[in-house]
Amino acid sequence: MVTQGNKLIKLSFVVISMLALAACSSSSETDDADGSAMTSTGGSGSGNSAQPSGAGNNQALTQEEIRAQNALRQNVFYFDFDVAEFKPEDRQTLTYHARDLAGNSGKRVRLEGHADERGTREYNLALGERRANSILNYLIVNGASRSQIEVVSYGEERPDATGQTEQAFSRNRRVEVVVR
Amino acid sequence: MRNFLLTLLLTVYSVSVMAELSIQITQGVDNPIPIAVVPFSWQGDGVLSEDIAQIVVNDLEQVGEFRALSPGNMLSMPSEENEVFYRDWRVLAQDYLLVGKIDRAPGSQLVQVQYEFFDINRELKLAGEILTGSVSQLRDIGHEISNVVYEAVTGTRGAFTTQILYIVADYSPTGEVLYRLEKADYDGQRAQVLLESVEPIMSPSWSPDGEDVAYVSFETDLPRIYIQNIVSGQRRQITNYPNINSSPVFSPDGTKLAMVLSKDGSPDIYVQDLVSNELIRVTEHPAIDTEPSWSTDGRSIVFMSDRTGQPQIYQLELGAPSYQVERLTYDCFQCLKAKFLPDGVNLVHVRRETRQDPNYQIAIMNIDTLRVITLTDTALDESPSIAPNGSMIMYATKFGGRGVLDAVSIDGRVKFRLPSSRGDVREPAWSPFFN
Repeated sequence: MVTQGNKLIKLSFVVISMLALAACSSSSETDDADGSAMTSTGGSGSGNSAQPSGAGNNQALTQEEIRAQNALRQNVFYFDFDVAEFKPEDRQTLTYHARDLAGNSGKRVRLEGHADERGTREYNLALGERRANSILNYLIVNGASRSQIEVVSYGEERPDATGQTEQAFSRNRRVEVVVR
Repeated sequence: MRNFLLTLLLTVYSVSVMAELSIQITQGVDNPIPIAVVPFSWQGDGVLSEDIAQIVVNDLEQVGEFRALSPGNMLSMPSEENEVFYRDWRVLAQDYLLVGKIDRAPGSQLVQVQYEFFDINRELKLAGEILTGSVSQLRDIGHEISNVVYEAVTGTRGAFTTQILYIVADYSPTGEVLYRLEKADYDGQRAQVLLESVEPIMSPSWSPDGEDVAYVSFETDLPRIYIQNIVSGQRRQITNYPNINSSPVFSPDGTKLAMVLSKDGSPDIYVQDLVSNELIRVTEHPAIDTEPSWSTDGRSIVFMSDRTGQPQIYQLELGAPSYQVERLTYDCFQCLKAKFLPDGVNLVHVRRETRQDPNYQIAIMNIDTLRVITLTDTALDESPSIAPNGSMIMYATKFGGRGVLDAVSIDGRVKFRLPSSRGDVREPAWSPFFN
């Protein structure tokens, strides 16, 4: 009896796990792709000279549209130690995210807040939420609707990088924007 | 004669892969008490699966205060009182002697273990009894004998039959993580999986009767609090509030659950009555308030808040207005995750001394004298949990890049480690006494 009950619980967990795993692996792949894309976006945000000239010939996309597309491709935002506000250089990118949500009322995103492993787990859970909320508030102020955005903090429970190095810590202090 | 039945052993679990923990003593005392534990004689057929004398030796040595005589140096091998010659042990400079024998209980599958414990210097028998149980309970019988020996010598109740809960994060080569809530003997033996999930599990906490565990699981994609019966595996979801639901801790009388909810904007401390489900808000502050723990009398809550900019420890009496909050720590850059020792005066906590010093260590502060003793010297120590007899603190740290569980005596003199063969092990929760 007892054993069966437990197996049932475990079974339902496996089902949950498969679903969740599918969701996670897809999102983390895009994160990785963005990790590299992001730095180039950050650079090309100011140096938007190379791409638009080529794309301008397409006449389909304006410079502004390309900038918006590049901005939307960045969906991981990193934070300084012990800081809950997003970095000033991410402001423009987040403005594009907000406008995108404002223009697509059916779109739903989830802001997943994370912390590095220093400090206690429950404090880090709260810090992750504080970080996600700083982005949430900015998106709302810039036109997104509260109902489009879900916030969840994972604290230090889902690190992106392992190891006790400053490099790993800085990769783990982040908010991921996950399109639902 | 006493019938040895541990109800918790009746648990049947479908056990999959578990983290095997085994104790290593990393630091002991300078002048441990010399004790001779003679291998117990066995009158039955075959070989027993457990060596009771060795279990007792391991128990006593890992708390650091004892040093056991090697059987190879013994002059005689008594198994009961009439075979004991005190002189044999005095010449070996032993203070105490434990002997025993194991027999089949007549007409049953059970075994009976007779043990006797002697003070060599006073030539006095201090304890002795016969414990009966199944072969699979031999470990429990060994731990029970350790309790008797420890209490007879130190005057403090032994915690060798207690258990621990902890979380394991297992990283597969492909990068997937499997989170498990596990339960084991205090020494890491006989681990069982209570819950397994691909979503994080956090903050296990025992009910005061040792029958239930409260924890946070992200299995619905959001952190929610659950209570699970440890024996039956039956569980129920306790909270489903928006945003963070975390840090469940049972009140000392088991009728309430302190927790952290951020449904009203920022994380605050709440208390939910487990009978009426009434929810009371305890703190009300736009900063982060978290990591609640109960004072020993259950009348106030100790918690961490970063309302001054950095985490510090505060205390608030239940029912008192929130402005009557009392700040307990001042002399640290960050002080977190506090819990009173059973004496109600000494506060165990996680401490980062200065902004420049990046280390998080386990410390004890006497709230009357404000004296602080830092117990550990590793860098990322957290989640301290106190043995029910108040003698040791188990905590999580990093060793070789992996999460491991360490324990330290409250005077800092003794340390032992429970290394795990797989995964990151963390968030130990030491059980209450079971009887």
